[in-house]
Amino acid sequence: MKIHEYQAKELFRRYQIPVPKGKVAFSADEAIQSAASVGPGPWVVKAQIHAGGRGKGGGVKVAKTQDELRQYAKSIFGMTLVTPQTGPEGKEVKRLLVEEGANIKSESYLAITLDRQTAQLVIMASTAGGMDIEEVAEKTPEKIFKEWVNPSLGLRDFQCRRLARSMGFEGTLAKEFTDILKKLTRLSIECDCAITEVNPLITTADGHLIALDGKINFDDNAMFRHPTYLEWVDPDEEDPSETKAKKFDLNYISLDGSIGCMVNGAGLAMATMDIIKLEGGSPANFLDVGGGATEEKVREAFKIILQDTKVKAVLVNIFGGIMKCDIIAAGIVGAARELKLTVPLVVRLEGTNVDLGKKILQESGLKILSATGMKEAAQKAVQAAGGSK
Amino acid sequence: MSILVNKNTRLLVQGITGQAGAFHSKQCKEYGTQIVGGVTPGKGGTEYEGIPIFNSVRDAVAKTQANATMIYVPAPFAADAILEAADSGIALIVCITEGIPVVDMITVKNYLRSTKSLLIGPNCPGIITPGECKIGIMPGYIHKAGKVGVVSRSGTLTYEAVHQLTTRGIGQSTCVGIGGDPVHGLSFIEVLKLFNDDPQTEAVVMIGEIGGNAEELACEYVKANMKKPVVGFIGGQTAPPGKRMGHAGAIISGGSGKASDKMKAMEKAGIKVSTSPATIGETLASCL
Repeated sequence: MKIHEYQAKELFRRYQIPVPKGKVAFSADEAIQSAASVGPGPWVVKAQIHAGGRGKGGGVKVAKTQDELRQYAKSIFGMTLVTPQTGPEGKEVKRLLVEEGANIKSESYLAITLDRQTAQLVIMASTAGGMDIEEVAEKTPEKIFKEWVNPSLGLRDFQCRRLARSMGFEGTLAKEFTDILKKLTRLSIECDCAITEVNPLITTADGHLIALDGKINFDDNAMFRHPTYLEWVDPDEEDPSETKAKKFDLNYISLDGSIGCMVNGAGLAMATMDIIKLEGGSPANFLDVGGGATEEKVREAFKIILQDTKVKAVLVNIFGGIMKCDIIAAGIVGAARELKLTVPLVVRLEGTNVDLGKKILQESGLKILSATGMKEAAQKAVQAAGGSK
Repeated sequence: MSILVNKNTRLLVQGITGQAGAFHSKQCKEYGTQIVGGVTPGKGGTEYEGIPIFNSVRDAVAKTQANATMIYVPAPFAADAILEAADSGIALIVCITEGIPVVDMITVKNYLRSTKSLLIGPNCPGIITPGECKIGIMPGYIHKAGKVGVVSRSGTLTYEAVHQLTTRGIGQSTCVGIGGDPVHGLSFIEVLKLFNDDPQTEAVVMIGEIGGNAEELACEYVKANMKKPVVGFIGGQTAPPGKRMGHAGAIISGGSGKASDKMKAMEKAGIKVSTSPATIGETLASCL
């Protein structure tokens, strides 16, 4: 689960990690009014969307005067912000963060995430702050310093010292850096963060460290421990179909193609997308109905797939193991009738009670194209959707 | 022979009285797995389908000499269940549960390093040695005893691959679903090593997917050590970056974890890559 910068900074504040004074606003006027309580100026007006690269797209501006503040708040609020991460369609800005301006001497990078290989959290720090860290990792990997957090030892002092020295922090700065490292690590663990990122962590002209930007993604599996974080979900940042699918415990991700997919199991669902592409078509979505799909789930899955007007054909690929093919077939027939399905439907069933399942589909009188094997199913679906491109 | 489980495996089920636990315990028992006990705290002394239930894994081990466990405990409590099994000296722990927080699994993995227990999963279909022992949720009847080892991060995609093998008359030595989570027990490398040393296994199917670099690491092992042919498939060739494709671990992040990189690594290591999920069986057949 992703949250906004201002929400991440709210968490930083709770852990006493230094952040600039700031206030979130849900309109341009509110932003202008709240500026006085933030400070005397200058101010920074920052668009709050989940994608990174906001500065490059014109979503972050420094206002030296009240007039500039007014001007920037009005121009950024409501703008369609296009960044390298939003895609060409961009994202409408509906929230602003107004912060006191900071006097930046230098910028660094700090992040905590999972290192899958060691199954430990890894702290990554870099002197190349404010930049895209993937680019830094690729071009100048010597500028990234790492320390791993052993779960039984926690982050140790010697690790903080080592990291501070690598980063060139001495004296007060080294102390402040160690303090931030420890607090950020505690936050990452206690709040179940998948990633905690401070980019940039700045050194101010008067010699202090401040988290100038903040990004947090939570581990979706751990949300049962943090019910209050769910209030931070921004519906404008969610795909409505994906949100709806979640309600029915379906795993749905919308894509750009024309063939709607309904599959059981994430691996098979990915493989189904892959084979559609190999046969010259393009998948409209990823959809995993899960292992214990009921008739209701199948029906809801169909509804979500068909809401996408790009869908020109639907491919159902079910490997019935514990889930029996006849039950799935009945679900498909019921849903197709109820929804008065107009696009071609290709069904590939395999596994337990497959013959019974096929018979149900055949006798339904519905126009269902039956397929044996994934390849034939993909070929039929591609053809039904208008042929290969 | 086979790897990890066989007809002598003595299985416990943690969470045997839950809906999934009860259903799949019955299925496994019908397949022929020796289920010697179940564990549900507070229900010790009762029975399910003739299987005695104990309050703790320690009690169950003392009474039944169980050497393996299958876990269906809900996600918030599953990490604790794995730790309890390891603490009680269970040699093989198979955790089916999906949705365990990463922080919990970091703790589990760290503790397991100090024990002799092996973990399969979590978020996995389990492990099966056809005709001998089924621990997990896979449909038993699609399998056939034989000479091909299967290791995979996926569930239903593994069934698909196994089905392609069985319908060609190619049997399996053991099939291991290592799970779709970013922090999990046995890795590709550990399972490949076991297959390499198993005299019954003559070839291996390895099914990976996007996210992480476990496949790349396994490829290095294969290139240096593997004496048997390996066929590979990577799911998620068309997956968009930054999106979690169902499995918690299936995500391309910051340009790493892409299917194309994994397929290239496989080819470099001499693994025969099946680009299409429909030709896994066919590709393996060409290796025998």
